[in-house]
Amino acid sequence: MYYAELLAVGLIWGCTYAMMALGLTLVYGLLRILHVAQASVFTLGAYVGLLAANATGSLAAAFALGAAAAGVLGPLIYRLVYQPILDRPPFVALVASIGVLIALEDGFRLAFGPYGLSFAQNPWFTTTYQLGGILVNQVQIWMVAAAVLLLSAFALFATRTRAGVAWRATVSDPAMAESFGVSVIRVRYTAFAIASVLAGVAGVLVGLLNNLVEPGMGGVISYKGLAIIVLGGLGNVPGTLLASLALGVVESYGTVLLDKALDRDAIAFLFLIVVLMVRPHGLLGARH
Amino acid sequence: MDYYVSVATFAALNVILALGLNLISGFCGQVSLGHAAFYGLGAYAAALCSVAGVPFAFSLLAGIAVAGLAGIVVGFAALRVREDFLAIVTMGVGFLFLGAVRKQPWLGAEMGIAKIPSPLDKWGYAALAIGAAVVLVVLSLHVRRSWMGRAFGAVAQDEDAARTIGIDVPGYKIAAFFLGTAAAGLAGGIYAHMTQLIVPDAFNFIQSITVLAMVVIGGIGSTLGVVVGAVLLTLMPELFRFINDYKLLVYGALLLLVMRFSPDGLAGLARRTLGVRLA
Repeated sequence: MYYAELLAVGLIWGCTYAMMALGLTLVYGLLRILHVAQASVFTLGAYVGLLAANATGSLAAAFALGAAAAGVLGPLIYRLVYQPILDRPPFVALVASIGVLIALEDGFRLAFGPYGLSFAQNPWFTTTYQLGGILVNQVQIWMVAAAVLLLSAFALFATRTRAGVAWRATVSDPAMAESFGVSVIRVRYTAFAIASVLAGVAGVLVGLLNNLVEPGMGGVISYKGLAIIVLGGLGNVPGTLLASLALGVVESYGTVLLDKALDRDAIAFLFLIVVLMVRPHGLLGARH
Repeated sequence: MDYYVSVATFAALNVILALGLNLISGFCGQVSLGHAAFYGLGAYAAALCSVAGVPFAFSLLAGIAVAGLAGIVVGFAALRVREDFLAIVTMGVGFLFLGAVRKQPWLGAEMGIAKIPSPLDKWGYAALAIGAAVVLVVLSLHVRRSWMGRAFGAVAQDEDAARTIGIDVPGYKIAAFFLGTAAAGLAGGIYAHMTQLIVPDAFNFIQSITVLAMVVIGGIGSTLGVVVGAVLLTLMPELFRFINDYKLLVYGALLLLVMRFSPDGLAGLARRTLGVRLA
């Protein structure tokens, strides 16, 4: 039963990672940028969600406002930071992105204090269920539900809507897509908006799960998001989802089995390094 | 006076770290986001040796050797994975180092290693660090003009083309990682003895990024630019006391602004505005 519980916890975290990593892989697929600053979008979503929840007492408002704030910040980062440097070597955008992450993390610390804030009321946190002998709280259930819902919505978007088809066309051949009348700029804004809304929702959920929102909360999850998209084979959406769940489960078992040797983050990156040494282009990545 | 001596020592240590990373990322084009791990490896190896009673010089050598050997291992990894994959792998190496150290009782876990013997006084460390930094500047300038430096440049610009004209790409990549990380190991050894206390958090991801910031703000690939970048970023919080509270905010904003307006750093800025080419 203990191992089943670990599996469940791993998959729940995997769902959260998936919401973070899908956005990163969208951005990478379009622009070849490792969008580290997604962490700031995630943290902003969490802070706005928390402030909204504490002001109105409604979690629906928290999710709506958190997602909206995140959905504004992401495209803004694209417009102000990435767009002017797209033609530079890739490390330029990566370093600029790290700059945004560090500056905004410090910005959150200055604005909201270093110790973090808690939800005044967190009913989901205290409501727990027995599911087949495994104890989960309502936040965890919502994490899985949100991931399944949002990722299914994304799949429908990508396959059934004009904007989704335009996105896929732009990923596979930007010049060709543009000559067929696709507005590449609009596709980029859409991708950043989707990525950021997902990150914002994930931010509110992680805030609820820990009942704490603090300035550095986005860092580690965003670094792991990068590890995941690399694991999945950069820009590969199914690979990213598989890698998210795999990483969640590996971490969950690893923290128990390797407790004496490594901490949780180290286990995640050890897994990444081992997989990449065997498959240098990721789990489902194609050889270039 | 003591205060200025220790600031100068830290500036010299940062110059050593930044020039090492510049060798890997600037000369040879292999982006590394985990340079602090090698700094930490050097510090821990040297500290353990000194605590065990090994003479100072040999402890420093042990730090250099351990960091350099780990660099060779990561160099082999760089043969398997490239570009963005490599950037994330090196970031992972940093987290792996931290996570492993934090869990090892014989490395002091979270508390680190304290009471490391200190054979020199403040002036001694300053002389040692500045001397080592000068040696590294000379070495770096020399490498740039040597056959090895040109081979590094070829690997950085186009690996496949370099291989086609018969350059030993794997060999040069491993050499770049070895030299760069061995330098970080030396800085780590000096740091450990000077402060007599090391904790895992001194070698975290932010530290790696700080070194990277020195390299890119100075001008990636330019030895003198990187020296200026390292000294400047060390002095900045000291010169402007009020910045200390906003240190990371300023770092981040600087990184962003330099990448946005002058991606080749201060060296590029000097070339464009003053017409001076920094080596």
